[in-house]
Amino acid sequence: MLDKLFKISPRAWRAWLSIQSRLNKGNSQPEKPQQKEKQTSIFTKRKRVFTLVFIVVATLYLVSSAAAEFNLIDGLESFPKAFIWITTYLVPDEKSLSNLPAILAKLSETVFVAIAVTVCAALCAFFFSLLGTTTTKTNPWLARMVRVVAAFFRNVPDVVWAMLLLFSFGQNVLTGFFALFFATFGLLTRTFIETIDEVSADCVEALNATGATTLQIVFQGIIPSVLSVIISWILYMIETNIRASTLIGILTATGIGYQFDMYYKMMNYASASLVVIAIVVVVIAIEITSTRIRKVIM
Amino acid sequence: MSDAPILEFKNVSKTYNKITKALSDVSFSLEEGEFVSIIGPSGSGKSTILRCINRLVDATEGSIIFDGHDISRADKREIHQVRKKTGMIFQHYNLVNRLSVIENVLHGRLGHKSTLSGVVGLYTEKEKERAFEILEKLGLTEQAYKRCDELSGGQKQRVGIARSIMQEPRLILCDEPIASLDPSSSKVIMDHLSNINQTMNITCLINLHQVQVALKYSRRIIGITSGQIVYDGPPETLTQDIIYEIYQSKEGELITDVG
Ligand SMILES: Nc1ncnc2c1ncn2[C@@H]1O[C@H](COP(=O)(O)OP(=O)(O)OP(=O)(O)O)[C@@H](O)[C@H]1O
Ligand SMILES: [Mg+2]
Repeated sequence: MLDKLFKISPRAWRAWLSIQSRLNKGNSQPEKPQQKEKQTSIFTKRKRVFTLVFIVVATLYLVSSAAAEFNLIDGLESFPKAFIWITTYLVPDEKSLSNLPAILAKLSETVFVAIAVTVCAALCAFFFSLLGTTTTKTNPWLARMVRVVAAFFRNVPDVVWAMLLLFSFGQNVLTGFFALFFATFGLLTRTFIETIDEVSADCVEALNATGATTLQIVFQGIIPSVLSVIISWILYMIETNIRASTLIGILTATGIGYQFDMYYKMMNYASASLVVIAIVVVVIAIEITSTRIRKVIM
Repeated sequence: MSDAPILEFKNVSKTYNKITKALSDVSFSLEEGEFVSIIGPSGSGKSTILRCINRLVDATEGSIIFDGHDISRADKREIHQVRKKTGMIFQHYNLVNRLSVIENVLHGRLGHKSTLSGVVGLYTEKEKERAFEILEKLGLTEQAYKRCDELSGGQKQRVGIARSIMQEPRLILCDEPIASLDPSSSKVIMDHLSNINQTMNITCLINLHQVQVALKYSRRIIGITSGQIVYDGPPETLTQDIIYEIYQSKEGELITDVG
């Protein structure tokens, strides 16, 4: 197992040595000592960082692939086999086409849930980001609280949220909804805070100086400044959430993900492939649409 | 009332974060209609002086009297009153770039409106007429409906001026209004400020990095070094030696010494 992994390493090691010697040559050339001292130290530092990163990455790869009993070469070798399997079994046939209406219904359910979740989360996130930004100087304590809460929601992945919520809601659309909601809310709150701080700090200061109230500043200064960036983020999150909700659907037994899981377990590979194709088509269509919208609003 | 100074600093000190001393014991006063420049090296506290006036920062010690009221201990409502009556012009213009010129000019009225009509951007016909009048005076009529991010720096700064005039202020604070502009746009801006000061009797307090500009336009110059006033008087008596003292440098070290 391990020795197979080490097979590639002598070559890598030789390449590494040659890089090292080249770097050393570059440094050992005579220079005016005082002027170049600072530069040289930057180069040595960079070299050291480079070496360190290489060692860390190599160790991580060796240790983790040994632990997971994963072998890159075996993995690559299985690719052609997998490809042949996909092209022979995962092809929709006539019988599977009769399932198309059911598949499309489930798919649209998943898409609409993803859109609804994103929009709800974005509205909440925008409200909280107004409390979390330091530009409006509402309340520094509250701002810090919002940032901490957002960081918490963001750092728990949506799949973990789904697993946790399975206990309280069971296998239910609500589980998927809230799992995506929490993750999206956390991410968007943080992003919106950063956007507001970055894009509108100057004009908030100016409007503040004219004696405008906080609400006026929000509607006349912040919203116009950040709207296009925020819409762009919402579109991106809709795309992401459609993908995520497909996977979460397998977990919560809802939507298109579950449909796929069912066909797959019933070995109805033709219908399963139809699901895959439908998802790909919808994802691409939505990506194209949102790119168009983004171009218009920017 | 007209004899009393419009603005008075009495022994004002400001310490940021309990560590950085930005102003120490600053005292001066402005008569109504004056055109005063503040010069001084970077970090000497010029911006801090302006920001203490409209309470974007709070002075730590001393009192600031604006229009007969001590504003250094003002509550929220009084701060609002002060801000309504003082315009501010920034080095980086600080416009809402994605809105049109006319909308930015009308923002000058926000302090005078109810929160709700400000939120939805509901302005009276009279206010709109006035906004166009001001734009015409500043030579921006053709730009009125353009988005601000389509304007040049000089045009943006004129929008900034228009916004502050729209407030009908008693005092305009300018924080390095020409620091990002080329010499010819700089002249246009300084001429407009000077013109506003004379025709509308609005007091102007201007932070400048260009000593020559300060000498040419203002009738009074305040020199400040490390948070302390080291010169306060007309341009005529601002000798080269005092300029070196303000900038804490020796002969030949200033850009003005070139040529
Ligand atoms: N928000 C702040 N927090 C902490 N320190 C600050 C803050 N603003 C200014 N200072 C410090 O106060 C001192 C005076 O700053 P100020 O901005 O008033 O100088 P300035 O004369 O306007 O400089 P410049 O010409 O570069 O604009 C500086 O030492 C600066 O670092
Ligand atoms: Mg400054």
